Amino acid sequence: MANDAVAEQERMRRFRDAALPHLDEVYTLARYLMRNTDDAEDAVQECYLRALRHFDSYRGPAIKPWLLTILRNVCNAEFARRGRAEVPTDYVQGESVVEEIPMWQEPQASAEKVVLRQQDSATIRRLVAELPEPFREVIVLREMNDLSYKEIAEVAGVPVGTVMSRLARARSMLRSTYVAESATARPGTAAARGVAL
Amino acid sequence: MNCAESGVLLHALIDGELDAGHNCEVEAHVSACSACAEKLASFRAMREAMAGAALKEFAPAHLRARVEASLTHPASRVVSARSFFKPSRRSFFGGFAVGSALSAALAASLVLTVIRGDQVQAVADEVVSAHIRSLQAGHLMDVATSDQHTVKPWFNGRVDVAPPVIDLTAESFTLLGGRLDYIDSEPVAAIVYQRRKHVINLFVAQHLGARHGRAVAESIQGYNVRHWSQDGLDFWAVSDLAGDELDEFVQKIARAMPRSSSEPYPGRRAL
Repeated sequence: MANDAVAEQERMRRFRDAALPHLDEVYTLARYLMRNTDDAEDAVQECYLRALRHFDSYRGPAIKPWLLTILRNVCNAEFARRGRAEVPTDYVQGESVVEEIPMWQEPQASAEKVVLRQQDSATIRRLVAELPEPFREVIVLREMNDLSYKEIAEVAGVPVGTVMSRLARARSMLRSTYVAESATARPGTAAARGVAL
Repeated sequence: MNCAESGVLLHALIDGELDAGHNCEVEAHVSACSACAEKLASFRAMREAMAGAALKEFAPAHLRARVEASLTHPASRVVSARSFFKPSRRSFFGGFAVGSALSAALAASLVLTVIRGDQVQAVADEVVSAHIRSLQAGHLMDVATSDQHTVKPWFNGRVDVAPPVIDLTAESFTLLGGRLDYIDSEPVAAIVYQRRKHVINLFVAQHLGARHGRAVAESIQGYNVRHWSQDGLDFWAVSDLAGDELDEFVQKIARAMPRSSSEPYPGRRAL
């Protein structure tokens, strides 16, 4: 019994050492998938509990994608339970600048010439948060979690080819909103519209 | 290479995911196609903007503390995979200010749960999970009626026991209805009561790990739990109701059981 307890303590210590350094990464994905902090925190907590339970079966070389896979499952299970009712993102402040985004919008030549402004973090976060799934997920896994295509494929449970096409589409959507944002946010406009940029 | 292929592959180029051969192909196409060159430039610019925008989130300190705590005390691993998170619990209890009571009770449960057997522990966790799940909107009852004679027959054919459904309205425990639930993958009868705003789930099945005789009291995740065995049935009562009130409930149920062969519930002093 005492030995069991010691072994369990040792197992937990190994898990903490391996998994806790990735807490920010896990939280980042949770934040973008769940779209609000309370749900994100619950999802992260559950992810770590599940990961600890299944730590014995973990064999992979990198623990980060493994943790993110668990987190993704946690979030999807929660969405399924809620009947896919999407929670409005709390990244959005004020009115939504971006209306309907065509699935694939090639920017106009003139728009293309608009120099991409150095948007501040809040704006970019909001634009990412407004991407529909599964494009939001792929962007976050790539740009924020720094996963390779292969790792993204594992986390999302799709072939690498799908990752590539999703990423291409996600970036195109993002660029469209980005360009639109840059075009509308000319001097004075942003303040006039009351949008927190 | 055409523009459609390049449209996908130039992202792999940006991300450094292409092998040397494809790298050359994409670059050759881009150098010959101004549209794709423009795209590549604008996606690169966007990536740079994103890289400079500090988009990563940082787990707040209280979350880090919470996660670390749950990975330090084995006994606090009480959340089952089947109902992990309870966003609606938060809203359900909104305004009831159970936060501090919850954490105090959780601390108590750490002590209580360490010394218990694994199997009972597993059932206890599941029972609490099932209770929490039931509080989520629309999950509480399959048959909603305060009429015990409607609730009881409803369980026929749904569970392999005939759970006693006792009307305690006179004792200010209102019968809300019944529900089919699953504990340890087995169907169990859940009979739902309410006192004031507090929901009580009474789970009844044949083998739920309860020990014959006096009711065992504990607290898991801030919920009070009582389990006992009587007349060949195992009972688990779960609620956020105060411990002594839940004891009162258990006593009333145990006493009202039709023709108990013995006195299985010696009273709250024994708890």
